[in-house]
Amino acid sequence: MDSVEKRISDKELVSRVRAGDQDAMGALYDRYSRLVYAVGLRVLGDSAAAEDVLQEVFMQLWRNPTRFDASRGSLGVWVAVIARNRAIDALRKRRYESDIEDIVVSVEPDLASEADRSRAAKNVRDLLNGMHPAQRQAVEMAFFEGLTHTEIAAKIGEPLGTIKTRIRAGLLALRKALKP
Amino acid sequence: MNVHSRFAEDLALYALGTLEGNEQAELEEHLKDCGECRYELEQLRGDAALLALSASGSAPPERARGRLMNALTREPRISLEQPSMRRISWWSQMGWVAAAAAVVIAAIVWRTDAGLSSRMATLQKEFNEQQTELQRAQEVTATLTATDAVRVTIIPPRTTPQPQGRAIYVPSRSSLIFLANNMPALPAQRAYELWLIPSSGSAIPAGVFKPDARGNVTLVNLRLPQRVGTETFAITVEPETGSQLPTSRPIMLGTGE
Repeated sequence: MDSVEKRISDKELVSRVRAGDQDAMGALYDRYSRLVYAVGLRVLGDSAAAEDVLQEVFMQLWRNPTRFDASRGSLGVWVAVIARNRAIDALRKRRYESDIEDIVVSVEPDLASEADRSRAAKNVRDLLNGMHPAQRQAVEMAFFEGLTHTEIAAKIGEPLGTIKTRIRAGLLALRKALKP
Repeated sequence: MNVHSRFAEDLALYALGTLEGNEQAELEEHLKDCGECRYELEQLRGDAALLALSASGSAPPERARGRLMNALTREPRISLEQPSMRRISWWSQMGWVAAAAAVVIAAIVWRTDAGLSSRMATLQKEFNEQQTELQRAQEVTATLTATDAVRVTIIPPRTTPQPQGRAIYVPSRSSLIFLANNMPALPAQRAYELWLIPSSGSAIPAGVFKPDARGNVTLVNLRLPQRVGTETFAITVEPETGSQLPTSRPIMLGTGE
């Protein structure tokens, strides 16, 4: 199953999307819709709103496929980050602030097959599970709730500097554990 | 604490899009001049992106796929196949303006007269050639401005390194690239300014710069305001906002080979 699914690379599919190939778009949807939907649902906690984010993310890819630069990282992570940013914008009821052109994700996990995606997700979850709970809380509140360090500090009653330190240390821990 | 460690934690927040107010403005100002921090920001964005992979749950409802495919059918596109573009903001926008122009031209041609298709093909060819040229220019600039570029100055042994600059100037394009090394650090609120010296008339400002911590300089000015036929360049020390005319004597001077 994986070998068939992975036979066509993301780069090739995006190239076909650039040429207006709807089937290629469908293949990318089948590959990454679950991840994009999961991110939307995690941020928004509402299936209808997550479905809107899902639709928006893939329509953005359809309209602007050249914005994805395959030399700069993984398409799966790229669409997941766009989903996160769109969902945070929706959560905070603000206009879309994040131009997808500004998103550069220089991270390389190969997510083209279901097995790759499951492995990468497990690695990140294992790392988060092993993190100090306060550090994990700070990082997740910033990423999945889009809260500023000021808001996080007020919410959990910790000094601003402590929150800043925890967030940076959390990101560096991810880098150390998961990047080659 | 050096300036980079001062911004280290704010960079992490900025990567998550959760920095705000004065801290955000101050960091953005610093990022304009600090390649090291821009590189670290990109790394941190990659680190943060990994968090997205931890999200899990059930698959989206089946209707969502149908909704997307219907939406695609309502928005068919003319092929925009082209080389992938490196991410440099104004160039990228220029590429999109050109792409949009090609689409509009394609629509007009299709509606008015199919016989004009050969004209369309010519335009597409020109467009592709421009894209190739643009990409090459981007690659040159990316090499010159890369934060991880290795710069080596080769000098005779036991010689004190002297400031040295090299300007590459194309009058027909009004474009200039200037590289220098061993440039002494300057006092606060002062900067170097590069000048084009025409055979007659006043000196023309060609860019204000400060060397990095190792005395290296990379100045890319692809949009000089006017074409000037000159082979003479000078460098003066000016206020850091730059001057319209030199306010001090040149500390470096050079003429084309």
